[in-house]
Formats: sequence, structure tokens, C-alpha cells
Amino acid sequence: MSDLTRLTISQARAKLRGKEITATEITEAYLSAIDRANPALNAYVAVTGDRARDMAKASDARLVKGEGGALEGIPLGIKDLFGTEGVHTQACSHVLDGFKPLYESTVTANLWADGAVMLGKLNMDEFAMGSSNETSYYGPVINPWRRSRLDTVVMPTTHQGDGGFVSAGGTKTQRSLDNAQLVPGGSSGGSATAVSAFLCAGATATDTGGSIRQPAAFTGTVGIKPTYGRCSRWGIVAFASSLDQAGPIARDVRDAAILLRSMASVDPKDTTSVDRPVPDYEAAIGKPIKGMKVGIPKEYRVDGMPEEIEALWQKGIAWLRDAGAEIVDISLPHTKYALPAYYIVAPAEASSNLARYDGVRYGLRVPGKDIVEMYEKTRAAGFGREVKRRIMIGTYVLSAGYYDAYYLQAQKVRNLIKRDFENVFAAGVDVILTPATPSAAFGIADEDMAADPVKMYLNDIFTVTVNMAGLPGIAVPAGLDPKGLPLGLQLIGRPFEEETLFQTAAVIEQAAGTFQPEKWW
Amino acid sequence: MSVDLQTVKRVARLARIAVSEEDAERMTGELNAILGFVEQLNEVDVSGVGPMTSVTPMEMKKRQDVVTDGNKAADIVANAPATEENFFLVPKVVE
Repeated sequence: MSDLTRLTISQARAKLRGKEITATEITEAYLSAIDRANPALNAYVAVTGDRARDMAKASDARLVKGEGGALEGIPLGIKDLFGTEGVHTQACSHVLDGFKPLYESTVTANLWADGAVMLGKLNMDEFAMGSSNETSYYGPVINPWRRSRLDTVVMPTTHQGDGGFVSAGGTKTQRSLDNAQLVPGGSSGGSATAVSAFLCAGATATDTGGSIRQPAAFTGTVGIKPTYGRCSRWGIVAFASSLDQAGPIARDVRDAAILLRSMASVDPKDTTSVDRPVPDYEAAIGKPIKGMKVGIPKEYRVDGMPEEIEALWQKGIAWLRDAGAEIVDISLPHTKYALPAYYIVAPAEASSNLARYDGVRYGLRVPGKDIVEMYEKTRAAGFGREVKRRIMIGTYVLSAGYYDAYYLQAQKVRNLIKRDFENVFAAGVDVILTPATPSAAFGIADEDMAADPVKMYLNDIFTVTVNMAGLPGIAVPAGLDPKGLPLGLQLIGRPFEEETLFQTAAVIEQAAGTFQPEKWW
Repeated sequence: MSVDLQTVKRVARLARIAVSEEDAERMTGELNAILGFVEQLNEVDVSGVGPMTSVTPMEMKKRQDVVTDGNKAADIVANAPATEENFFLVPKVVE
């Protein structure tokens, strides 16, 4: 039998329903792929093999009776930020050592209700703070993609067989992989690597400033951050509550649409969950985009952006124009302030949300001579450097005398960023096309970024605006750079118009194709 | 604005994170790099603009003020590092 892990969700769904394969078979195929690959890629921090087998067995029983749900028997990976009952849920932080919630997050509960199978919990940046998946307590995730070189090889003249055939020689080109390990992006680096390396059919992820879209772009996968309020945040470890949204990472646009439909819901347990029915996103795929107005924001052309990113953007524009869309130049004048405003708002909210890790109710406790020393030692030992940095910034900008200058100013700028988008949408723009990231995947332990936290933050320059305005954004692979690494384009839509994003992303995907890494692990 | 070593130590105390002298010195540089980066927000004219208070314009959802959950004391303390009879145990707070 061919490798079941290579099937997309839509292909596997058809084969499961058609009883050509069983949920148990596909689950076993993924579990053995994880077994072989995880030592090299470090995508999973916990594999739930027994539970996966039980869930698959139950799925098979339902499939036999023709009672399968929308995701019946589809094996998924779950980011460690999602609360999963009785299973490792630690936001990849030391401070949550041993935490196993007695409840299930709404998003994962929705997935299980639709018949999905849980393979395990995926690595991520600690508390979703990072753009390279290097801040995880469980070590970095490795990108399955590696840089490659095109070599021209001279073919030797050969004599062959009895007939004395002599080949004339000549040259051919071949790609050879470089050994340098690259980051998968972050914070959902485990999700992106697992999907790209065929270690799950699809994965859950979360996005506070780009944590779904940037890793998707770095691994040649599709990632969508839906509109704020579309997926319930209940049961997801909180980072910055006004920015956090869950979404899927998948191998193609259709799979992302299938997953989002199951993940999204109206949830009374999250007061910011929006009362709107969840549409059939998949139905938007294949609809023509003729006459659609696509905005190209001039502010996304930044200094020092590599040529290949600009070239990719132009290719995307051409594809959409060829499909009948109308391309218009637009301006989002406050774009450059989104990242600095984010680095006030997100740390401020994080410093409040992470106050709960005090060594009393869950996780790590380091004893002290009194309760304050116990708190301080627990938090000093439990949080990594990046998390501490952000808690410190957040505490500072919220402290007496600085609140107005920093936090209030940032929240006002945030309204201006949102207004920029509202203005272009009011002018008739349906969707905005930008690059997803300012570069392709970079190396593990990049010295420049380690020396200057702001350099790392710049990875999110094109994605963070979307979180600040609460809009939906999708990253879709659009090509390879000269070193053979995937690059992505981003589409930004009006609130709750995820269907437009799937519709448009499918056009890009059809023109660009899909991308798989060459297996070295 | 920038922070000095004393301010960093004060903020660490507010955030309940123990820092060594070496940590505080390193953090001073890092925090100043970030504060320098966010400084550019001061050039934005925000006159007449209110702060964002709701990401999606919607009324706060309310529910009936009735008990919908509870009687889960054992669940609540299940993950605590130290408990006794469904209470969280902490070092002595009051002498």
C-alpha cells in the first residue's frame, strides 16, 4: 500500500468513507512516521499513541455504520497550548511541569466531536512567545526544509552492454541539500514541521502576532488565522487575550478550510466568541475571483527586503490578475507602527495573564523562605529568557506613571491601524495581498537575532497588523527561493470573510502548486 | 525613555521574578533595545482617537447569574504542587 501519510485530509476523508482504508491503518502509519522522524525534527513533545489507537478504533466503528463525522478518522497534531484532558498541556514551559488539565479546550473538543484522532502534542515557543520555536523548554523544532544548491554535473562517457553503446557525456543539473539546520518559524513551529514532514494530516495552531502564518510560510504549508472571535479561546493557555486566535496549519488550502470549519464555533464560555454560524469554507474553493478587488499596500515594501520576496509578490499579483481580479494600489499609512504597538500591548496582556504561574495552583514550585521568595524563585526558574523579557516589558509599561505614555498610546495607535483597514475595505477592496514574511527560514541559533531581540521581532512585520486589527489572514505557499526554500504570500480579508481568503488562496495555490521537502530525516 | 539597573530590579520585584545582578544587567540592555524600538509610537498623532477597547465591535455577552458549574474541589487542586484536604498549601503568610 502506498504511504498513507502522504494523503491530504480531503483524500484521506474520501478513502475512509469509501472504506478503502481504515482509521486504524492511517493512524498507525502516522505513529510509525513520528517514531522515525521525531528524534531528528523534535516536532512532538508528547505522543498519545494509546489514545490515538482507541480514537481510531472508535472512528472505524462509526465509519462502518456510515456515521462518520466531518473529520472521522483523520489523525491530527495539537499545539501544546491547547488544554487536552489528562494529556500533557504545558505551553512548552518549565513552569507548567506535569500539568494535565481536567478539561478539554473548546477547539479540540470540536475536533474530537467531528471524529478526528489525536496523535499527540506539538512543540512550540514557550507560551507562544517567539518566531523561531527556539524558546521552547523542550528544545528547538527543526524545519524539514533545508537549503539546496543546484550543481551542474558532467556526465562521464560510458560504455554500456554488449552493443557497445557509448554515451556522449554531457551535463545535467542536480540539487544537493545543505546540512545546516533551519528554524520552522514560530510560535507554532511544531505544528508547521509536523504538517510539512507528514507527521500528521493537519494541526491546530495559534496566532498572536503571526504564529500560524510565519511558520506556515517557512515550511511550505497553509496557515490561517481567522477573525478574532471566530474560534473559541476557552481552554487555550492565554498569552495576549485581545490578540490570540486559534487556526489550522494544513498541507493545502482545502484541508485548511476543512479544519477551520470544525475548529470554529460559537461558544458561550468565551465572551469574545462571536454569534455567527460557521459557514462551509470548503464551498468557497474553486469559485472564480473575476471582478474581485485586490489591494496591494505600498507600505509592505520594506527596506532591505530580499529581491525574491518582491518577485514572489509580483508573481502573486500576476496570478490574481490573470484570474480576472482587479488589482488596486492602496495605502495603510500606520503599518510601520503595528509592530512597536504590538510590543507594548502583547507584553502588557502577557504580564497579566502569566501572573497566575505562582507555584501554588499548578506546575513548578521552588521553595523559598516565605511566600514572596517562593513566587520569585518559582517564576525565575520556570520561565525562559524570552518570556521573562516580555513579562518585564509588560510590567514596566503598565506600572504607575508609564501607563498613559505606553499602553494607552499603543491602544490608540491600534485603533488607527484598524481604521486604515476599514478605510480600504469601505473603498471596495475585497482582499489584500502581501508577502507573508520578510525572508525565508533562517538558521537555528542565528547570531544576529540572538544578540538583538528586536531583529527576531521583525519576522512578524507583515503578519502582526492583522492581529492588531482582529482581521482574518492566510499564508499560502507561492514558490521557492533561489536556495530552494519555500516562501509564502499572505491574504488579508474583511472581518468574518474567511471564505474570500480560501477562495483567493486556492487561485494562488493552483498557479503555484504545492511544495514538499526532500526527505533527509 | 530608558531604564536603569535599579528600575529593572524594581520591575522584576513587581513581576515577582528573582533576578541575579548579572540577569538584571543583561535585561537592562534588552529592555532598552525594546523600549527604543517602541519609542517611534510617540510620533503618531492620536488627537481625537480613543484607545481600542474591543477588537470586534460587539456587545459583551452576558448570561443568567446562576450556578452552572461547581462541586469540583478535587479537580481544582488536582494539579497543585502541595495540597491538603482540597486546600492549596503555601508557606506561612501570617505570623
